[in-house]
Order: sequence, then C-alpha cells, then structure tokens
Amino acid sequence: MAVALRQPGWYRGALGALLGAAFGFGLVVALRAISGLDIFQTEQTGYPHVVVPLITTPFGFLFGFGAFDYWFRWAAGKPTIPDDHANHGATRWQDYFKFNTDHKVIGIQYVVTTLIFFLIGGALALLIRAELAQPGTQVVDPNVYNGLFSTHAVVMIFLFIIPMFAGLANYVLPLMIGAPDMAFPRLNALSFWMLPIAGIIFLSSFLAPGGAFDAGWTGYAPLSTGAPLGQSFFNIGVQFAGASSIATALNFLVTIITMRAPGMNLWRMPLLVWANLATSLLVVGATPFVAGAQFMVLFDRVLGMNFFQFLEGGDVLSYQHIFWFYSHPAVYIMILPGFGIVSEIISTHARKPVFGYRLMALALIGIVVLSYSVWAHHMFVAGMFDWLRVPIMITTLLIAVPTGIKIFSWLGTLFYGKIHTYSTAMLFSLGFIVTFTVGGISGVMLGMVPLDIHVSDTYFIVAHIHFVLFGGSVFTIFAGIYHWFPKMTGRMYDEKLGRVHFWGTMVGTWGTFIPQHWIGLDGMPRRVADYANIYGDWNLVISVFAFILGFVQLVFFYNMIVSWRFGPKAGNNPWRANSIEWQVSSPPPVFNFDEIPRVVGGPYEFGTPGARHAIMGGEDEPELPGPKPTKVAEPA
Amino acid sequence: MERLPYLKLALASIALGTIVSILMMQYDWMGDAASTAAGPIDTLMDVSIIISSFVFAIVCVALGYALVKWRVKPGDEGDGLPIHGNTKLEIVWTLIPTVIVLFLAGYSWVVLNDIEKEDPNALTVNVYSQQFAWTFGYPENGNKWSEGVLHVPVDRQIDFRMNAQDVIHSFWVPEWRIKKDNVPGITTDALITPDKVGTYQLICTELCGAGHATMRAQVVVQTQEEFDRWVKGLESEVPEDLLLTADQAIELERQIQEAEQGIDGSGVDETSAENVDQS
Repeated sequence: MAVALRQPGWYRGALGALLGAAFGFGLVVALRAISGLDIFQTEQTGYPHVVVPLITTPFGFLFGFGAFDYWFRWAAGKPTIPDDHANHGATRWQDYFKFNTDHKVIGIQYVVTTLIFFLIGGALALLIRAELAQPGTQVVDPNVYNGLFSTHAVVMIFLFIIPMFAGLANYVLPLMIGAPDMAFPRLNALSFWMLPIAGIIFLSSFLAPGGAFDAGWTGYAPLSTGAPLGQSFFNIGVQFAGASSIATALNFLVTIITMRAPGMNLWRMPLLVWANLATSLLVVGATPFVAGAQFMVLFDRVLGMNFFQFLEGGDVLSYQHIFWFYSHPAVYIMILPGFGIVSEIISTHARKPVFGYRLMALALIGIVVLSYSVWAHHMFVAGMFDWLRVPIMITTLLIAVPTGIKIFSWLGTLFYGKIHTYSTAMLFSLGFIVTFTVGGISGVMLGMVPLDIHVSDTYFIVAHIHFVLFGGSVFTIFAGIYHWFPKMTGRMYDEKLGRVHFWGTMVGTWGTFIPQHWIGLDGMPRRVADYANIYGDWNLVISVFAFILGFVQLVFFYNMIVSWRFGPKAGNNPWRANSIEWQVSSPPPVFNFDEIPRVVGGPYEFGTPGARHAIMGGEDEPELPGPKPTKVAEPA
Repeated sequence: MERLPYLKLALASIALGTIVSILMMQYDWMGDAASTAAGPIDTLMDVSIIISSFVFAIVCVALGYALVKWRVKPGDEGDGLPIHGNTKLEIVWTLIPTVIVLFLAGYSWVVLNDIEKEDPNALTVNVYSQQFAWTFGYPENGNKWSEGVLHVPVDRQIDFRMNAQDVIHSFWVPEWRIKKDNVPGITTDALITPDKVGTYQLICTELCGAGHATMRAQVVVQTQEEFDRWVKGLESEVPEDLLLTADQAIELERQIQEAEQGIDGSGVDETSAENVDQS
C-alpha cells in the first residue's frame, strides 16, 4: 500500500484528491480567520467552502495521478527518470486507465469518454422531450427543467462534440502526417484527463443545493451572477474543459507545423490536417475568452466583484460580448474538423481527388478569419449599439460563401467518380451534405437582422443549432468513427446495423428538428418548460421522433461494442485509401512507423496510375529524387 | 470524359426549386400579422425562402444525379477520373453565392431602415420587467401605470422604452414581429406601429429564471378614443423607484450599502468586515 501511494496512479491520485480538497477547505478557513470573518458562514451564492475545493481537488488528483511528475523533476533540476515508455501504448485494457502518453491510446480514451457523455447528454435531451411532449408541467418542475437543458447543452458541447473531434484527430492526425506521436505527449495526456474532471464537475452540480446550473449554457449575467451554487460548478467546469481544449490545440499546432514527414508540404496535407490546423487557430485565439467570462462571473459571485452587477456599476452587456467572442468561433470549432473528416471520406469512397483541394483549404482559413468578426449576430436584439448590426450582418452572410464552396466541392468530388455507398461512413457523409445545407440556409436567414429580430430566442434557433450541430457535427462524428473504426480496433463493424443507424438517425433528425422551425416562426419561445396549447400537436410529434432518434443510437453503441470484440479482422486498408494512416497495420504499432515515411505527392491521387502519396519505410525504394528518409531511433 | 448535361441539370434544379418554393409558399409561416413591420419582414422571409429552395434544389439535384450516374457497378475496383478541379467553375460558385448574400444583406438593410423609421408623433410607453411580471408606464399620461396589461392605440407608432429591474428579459409580441431585450442598467428601445385592433400576448423570450415560461402579459390594441378612455381610468402612478435612471439607481444602492456598513466614504470602519458578511 505504501508503495502504491508513492507510485503515480489511482491510489496516489485518490490521496491527492483528498489532500487537494483538504487544502482548499483549509485555505478558505484560514483566510477567513485571518480577515476576521465568520469561519463557517456561507454567503447566499458564494459558498467559498465548496468553490475553492472544487478547484484544488482536481489539481490534487492530477498531481497524485502523475500528470506533473516528469515536469516537476525537470523544473526542480533533479535527474529526470529516463523514459522507459512504461506509460506508452496499451497491451491490456488497464493501460487505458493510466496516464498514458501514446496518442493512439489517448485518442481512444477521448472517443470512449466522450461517447459516454453523449449518452448522458442524450438522456437529458429525452427528459426534456418527455416534459415537452404535452403542454403543462408533467415530468419535471420548471426549475429542474432549466437545469436539464443547461446541462444537456454543456455536456454535448464541452464534453462531446469539441473533445470528440480532438480525440479523433488525436488518433488519426499524427499517423496521417507521418509523425511518431504528438509533439507534447505528456501535455496530451494531461489534456485528456482534464476532460472527465470537467464532466464530473458539471454533472455533480445536480447535487448542489438549489440544483444544477440553470442559466442556460450561455450563462448570461446577471441571471448567472445571482444563481444558486450550481452555477459555480459551471464556471469552474468550463475552466477545465477549456484548458483541455487549449492545450490540445497548441499540441496540434506544433505537431502539424513541425512534425510532418519529409516531403509533406502544406499543399500535400490531407484536408483533415488543414481542418485541424484551422480549428486549433480558433481554439487558441477564442477559448480564453469563455474562460475569462466565466472567471469574471465566478469572481462576481464569490468575491463580490462587480463586472456584471449593474447596481454596483457593472456592465451587463459586456458579458455577452466576451462570451460570444468565444462562442461564435466555437461553432466553427465544432464543425471545421467535421469538414475535414467528410473530405477524407468522400474522396476515398468516390475514388476521386477532392475537387478544388486548394480552394477547400483556403475556405477553411477564410472561415477562421471571418468567424472572429461575427460574434455580435447573437446580440441583434440584445440592446447593443445599433450601428454594429449591419456590419456584423454582412460578415455573417459572407461566411456562407466559404461554407458553400465546401458543399459544392464535395458534390464536385462525386462527379465522374466511382461512388461506393456500402460504407456507413459514406452514408453519413452524404447525409451530412443535405442536412447541413438546411442548417446553413437557416443560418443565413438568422444572419438577416429583420428576420433575426423576429425569430431570435424562439424554437427556430433551437432547430437551426440542432441542424448544424446534430445534422452537421454529429453526422461527421459518426462518419469519422465508422471510417477509422477498423484502423483503431483492427476489426470491421457491421454495415447492416450501420445502415439501420444511419437511416434511423436521418429520419429522427429531420422529424425532430424540422417542425421546430415551424413552431418557432409561429411564436413559440425557447427554454420554456410549458407552452401554449396550440403547439401541443407538433411538440408531441417532435418528442416521438426525438425518442426514435435517441433509441436508434443504441444500435450504434451495440454495433461498436460487439464489433470491437468479435468483428472480423479488418486488414490494414479496408477502404483502399491513400493517406498514410492506412499504410500501417490496424491497429498501428506502438511507435507508428519503423521508418518515417516519405511524402512524394498529394493525398488524393486516385485515378492517376502509379501516383503515390507516400513511400513507407522498408519499401523498395523507387527511383525518386530527394534525400533518403531519416531513420528513427529504436525505442529502448 | 463525357460532357455533363448542363441544360438538363439546370432544368431539373429549376423544376425542383419551383416545386419546393410553391409548396413552401402555401403556408403562412409567421402566423398573424398586426404591425406595420410585419409586411416588409414577411416579404423578406418569403424572398429568402424562395432563394433557399433553389439553393437546396441545386444541392439535391447534383447529389442525386451523381449517385444515380456514378454509383459504382458491383465488382468495379477502379478509380474515378483524376480531376483535381476546375478554376472557372470554382470562381463561379464563389462569386454567385457572394452576390446572393450581398443582395440579401442589402435588402435586409433596406427593410431594417424601413421598420425603424421614427415618427415624431410617436407615443412613448415605458416597459418595466422583473421576475416574472410586466408593468407599463404612460409618461405622456401623467405617468399612469398598468400592471400585467398593455394597452396601445392602433395605427400610431409606439416608442417602447424598456427597463429591467433584476435580470435580462425580452419583449416580444409575435404578431408585431419585433423583439427587444430589457437589460438591467440601460434603457433599450423599440419602435412598433400596431395596425390591427385586437388582443395579443406579450412573451418573455430571454431565459430569466424558474417562472420564465409563464412571464406573459396581455396586449390590447384599440382605437385612440378607447385607449384615451382606458388610460384615464388608470388610478395608480409609476412607483418612484422605477423612474430612477440607472445612474440614480446605482447611487441609491451605494448610499444604502454605506448606511448598512457604516462607511462614511472616507475611512474604513473597524467593524466593516463583519458587516459585509452579514449583508
């Protein structure tokens, strides 16, 4: 036991969490004693005795778990323990529960963890739809209802969509660019472990007195500054999820910029790599703003500061400006990696190069630039300065142009191809094109100020965000999981169950979210537990389809779990794709490549006889100019 | 490479777009209209629905055609044609959407200026919102106030000046098509000209707490004479604290706090720490 407590791992992690909690609690008690305050009195919303341990406990756990051991030795000038790679790679299932530094293990940790949060967020959504199936209050009271939709959104955004994309890219991207791992493997592991911490913090807010945070995922001040304790769980959870996101984005940036295999210039990068480059630029620039906004709310709540409390001289609207300066780019953070995934899949399954590859890459960068200039379209009716509306409307509508380029280029890729539709990944990619177009169209409508004045904060908004986030992001997530499942697990999933999942999801998505446009235009506001009787019929229809959509996802989970264990062996390259990750074994070896591959052409050279994207180490060397591939030192 | 049947594809897109537009125009999406803003906004909506129908039709026709025409024959392991792009086509599908969205932006701007045109003859009505009730003040009628019921004359522009007492609320009458947030600390406005006599519902559309869904008020639009009679019949006046400007409210709050904490503004009282805790 004593040995176990000295070694990094779960025992020392639990001890660290206890010590962290004790330290946080003691700090509050000591500071209050020194300042002459009552030691145990808790302010109405402040609760420092809970809030401070909520920050220190996760750090205690991370110290104990071993997240900082190597860095501490380094910083203290002690000899670092030579890396024996004991924490690298997975041979047993227990290795997935370690502070593992292998990008492939971390990728799978991300995907599995976020899928669990997807289940939880989905269950919350079904509770919401159960309450809304009929007018009046049947299932939950309004207070609980407000907590349900707030946590549903937060879980889906911060714990499912954003980290799921980070997880898929974590697995695929280093392989794709011919790198042995991410640039900073320990930082990568730390990023992952902050994620379940954020999840536990968000979900445990249900246990707080006053219930879960219930000011919406937007947490507008001053509703949030005056809300019960649960809101602080949101403020703090966002810090961990946000820090995780930022660290991963930095990691991707450095990896993409410095670790590409020889010969892979910018115009030979697969579009998934471009997409993650673009996304990471957004994350490092924008995510600090949401962290800042939530810190300001937390300080207003706990320390009695006055950022947003108007009676103390604070400015209410500035919260929205700071929040949306992150949260609009955030919707692109939630879709650009999906664009990359779809580009890979459509090109592979149409057996054709991506149409207009360079314009596709430039469109991604165009979206990044424009997306920093559109935040205030969430505030057309918020009472901000009137003059800002028209310029923001123009930039908002212009963002439809690069998005349209992408849609048309995917369609162009299909033309003159040889389109294989047996793969569920391809079905979801094609379904994505249609559904996302609808979400894009309603987005253009919302960008037009006079229409937005009528429909903002109605069910039209709910319909739009679900068409772009579910019909967009989640469709691409499913496509990506199906596409790389054989690479990750070495086994094939069941295409028949995949088709059931696809068509059920398609019907469920359209049935659930299309009627929401109609009742929104007609006058039903969002975020209400009860509504006028005239919307009863449509809400019942919506709820029925929502439950179909929910239960169809169980087919997906069954397919994934059973195929992972019992599926037929997949082989290295079941889709006959060109990019580098398909040229290694499934699953790939611990250090990815014996020799770093050499990139000799574009990523989508279908249909050109003899054209190659990369030459793998150990292959017979064709007659090609250029330096010999560098040899990687064998791991000890 | 065989030539694409451009004409057929174009005709199919136009046909599908027309069918979708006609179907979409069969229904009155926005519901009843009862203000002068509703006309231009609903027309803008119709125009964007029609344009959207054609965009959607183009995507569906292209996708459907590609799937029918180039779906692989069983056993065919070959690749498609190695086409990497077509600069002319790419310029076209960058420029045409740009023109469309700039047209929509320009049109929206015109509509926005139209619906926000000020009328010097406007009647000012103050809106006070708090969790979870609406009250209304009539400054041009001796600051009379009405709780939970809003009366306005028909065919006259109303300048609503909105104030929130606690958290953000939002003022929306769907039939008027206009919405505006009520923000604590500032006064926001909305100009609305109701043009149909009747009874409507005012809905709070910004999440404001547990009672958000039930934060409604009745709206009665009536003739000027009926309105005058009604407003004369109001008995109470707007309470004084609601009439404070934001700065005055902040100053008042500061004075209250100082009184409670025993701070005279120049020095810190020895007992202030405990007092802060109890406040």
